[in-house]
Amino acid sequence: MNMEKVVFAFFIVLALTINFGFVMGEMSDPGHHNAYELFSALIISLIATVLKFGDRTHIGAVLLATSLVADLQLIVAALVWGVLVYGTGTGLTPHTVADIVSLAGGALVANFASVVILITETVMLRR
Amino acid sequence: MQNIVFLVLRRMRLPLIALICAYAISILGFVLIDGVDNHGQPWHMDFFHAFYFVSFMGSTIGFGEIPYPFTDAQRLWATLTIYITVVTWLYTIGSLLSIVQDHSLRRVRAFTTFTRRVRRMREPFYLVCGYGDTGALLVRELASRDIGCTVIDIDEARIQALEVEGLPIHTPGICADANETEVLTVAGLSNSYCQGVIAVTNSDVTNLKVAITSKLLRPHLQVIARAETHDAAANMTSFGTDHVVNPFDTFADRFGMMFHSPAMYLVYEWITSVHDTPLKDFVVPPRGLWVICGFGRFGKAVRKHLTFEGVQTQIIEANPHGTQPPDGAVIGRGTEAITLRQARIEDAVGIVAGTDDDTNNLSILMTARDLNGGLFTVSRQNQRSNDALFDAARVNLNMQTSAIIARRVLSLIMTPLLGDFLRLARHRDEEWANLLVSRVSGVVTELSPQTWTLSIDEGKCPAVVQMLAQGTPVTIAQIMTHPVDRSRPLPCVPLLLKRGANLELQPSMETPLENGDQLLFCGVHEAWLEMKTTTKNFNALTYVITGAERPDGYIWRWVSRNKTLDQS
Repeated sequence: MNMEKVVFAFFIVLALTINFGFVMGEMSDPGHHNAYELFSALIISLIATVLKFGDRTHIGAVLLATSLVADLQLIVAALVWGVLVYGTGTGLTPHTVADIVSLAGGALVANFASVVILITETVMLRR
Repeated sequence: MQNIVFLVLRRMRLPLIALICAYAISILGFVLIDGVDNHGQPWHMDFFHAFYFVSFMGSTIGFGEIPYPFTDAQRLWATLTIYITVVTWLYTIGSLLSIVQDHSLRRVRAFTTFTRRVRRMREPFYLVCGYGDTGALLVRELASRDIGCTVIDIDEARIQALEVEGLPIHTPGICADANETEVLTVAGLSNSYCQGVIAVTNSDVTNLKVAITSKLLRPHLQVIARAETHDAAANMTSFGTDHVVNPFDTFADRFGMMFHSPAMYLVYEWITSVHDTPLKDFVVPPRGLWVICGFGRFGKAVRKHLTFEGVQTQIIEANPHGTQPPDGAVIGRGTEAITLRQARIEDAVGIVAGTDDDTNNLSILMTARDLNGGLFTVSRQNQRSNDALFDAARVNLNMQTSAIIARRVLSLIMTPLLGDFLRLARHRDEEWANLLVSRVSGVVTELSPQTWTLSIDEGKCPAVVQMLAQGTPVTIAQIMTHPVDRSRPLPCVPLLLKRGANLELQPSMETPLENGDQLLFCGVHEAWLEMKTTTKNFNALTYVITGAERPDGYIWRWVSRNKTLDQS
């Protein structure tokens, strides 16, 4: 067992599960989408990205790319949240919540792709 | 470049994760801890304000408590997070700085810079392996002739010496092992502007490896290699190395020439000498018994050539098992009077101090001179740093390994015709050489002459080609005329004319030139510059042939045509 691989897989899968937890629920209902969950999804996703730094294999490069996509989506979601609540003063209407959740949903797809690649790589190792 | 980014990213993983965690913990703490607003109502900081506060706290610890004054619990947490974030920032920045300073990263960076510089070279250049005494001399001489080089050396100090050398041409150098194919490829083998490879490291094995790698990867590239053993030389020649330079053989060959033809020796010395060195004088070594100290590669080569000239030799050698000197050799170093006496130094006419230790060589010369004041002294100088000592010792003939190799390589590169000339000249007699020496000494000053090749083609001599195309014959004497005052011939001597496969030694001054001719000249540097003017500028050439200044521009030509019409 390789501790590095454990930590690596842990963060990649955790990024997916937390992201999923945030997106789950009624699309436009603010009560179903927790700010803490978005925060932790963003932090875990950032850590997962940094963990992929410096891997020079082809799969490593693709993993880094999907991870960067997830970061981008989550950062934009958080920005939209911040701007809508504090910048324009619109507040969390069902409409704005749907925007934020759809952005996080995009990140979910990217995180899902990361996990699929991770599993594929593990299966290909055959040992 | 790619490599550096990956290296930095890999090393920065831990510091970056620490930074993310420190921010996450601090932000989360502020969001969770209860606060109070202006009206005493309970209030929770949200993520937006928490991120804002932690961001400026971590980097500057300024701005105060926003948006409402903190409660004690918040202040406690703020104190704690100040330490967490500041320490993490210091750690991150420190790691980044240490990566920049890192030795392996610096090497990668130097390699990347070198690769980029070589790739950008847009002028013909030579790849020089080994920047020791020989390499340094060679690179400097090439640079002074506007020819660029790239340099590989295994010793970092030498590459640093190259950087502070202040060469007139930008010369990229890398501290790397020339045995590695990748290094050679990057340093020029993969560059189409590379003209040739010069392997002058002090290891025959490395030179051999460089030569074979170059010949395999770029078969048409000129390869010149230094070899100090006959084994290595034969090996290099076997796979087509263009020129193999053995400093000991080259020197011994010239030394032997001094005995049977001092004038020929002078011809060889003069026309292969380095820029701006004083002109050598006529020297005739005496015939009689010669004592040779040291029977290594140098001693063996000298003895072979002296024996061929019919000169009697006596060997002194300290290690008879390793070198196997001939019978009758004296065992010893030659630095003590007793060994020299044993070798009959009092009866000898000359001494060759040819060990591989400069101090011993000097000691041999001093001792030998004390015993016999009239000796002709020949020394072998191994290190260029001992120049001053050998100068002070006033040796009759000094063999400097690096200078011999550098001169030989230079003449091979700069004037390929020189090789043909020297080959032909060797078969001429002493009288011919005497004549040439007096002709050359008639044009040169106290500095040694320079040799250059003039190719009659569109690129090098457009004026001559144009003149020939008009049907006007141009002779050698005409291009050897001063372009400002045609009564003054340029101070130079034509050595060789190459027309097709024909070679003509010392062509007559009245020989008419043909398109495609190649001429070898020897003379002072200024003569070369003037000759370039004459052969490139059509007006100057017209002047030296006809004596008339050719009018320049349409109007003046029209005026002069009218004038000639009026006269006729």
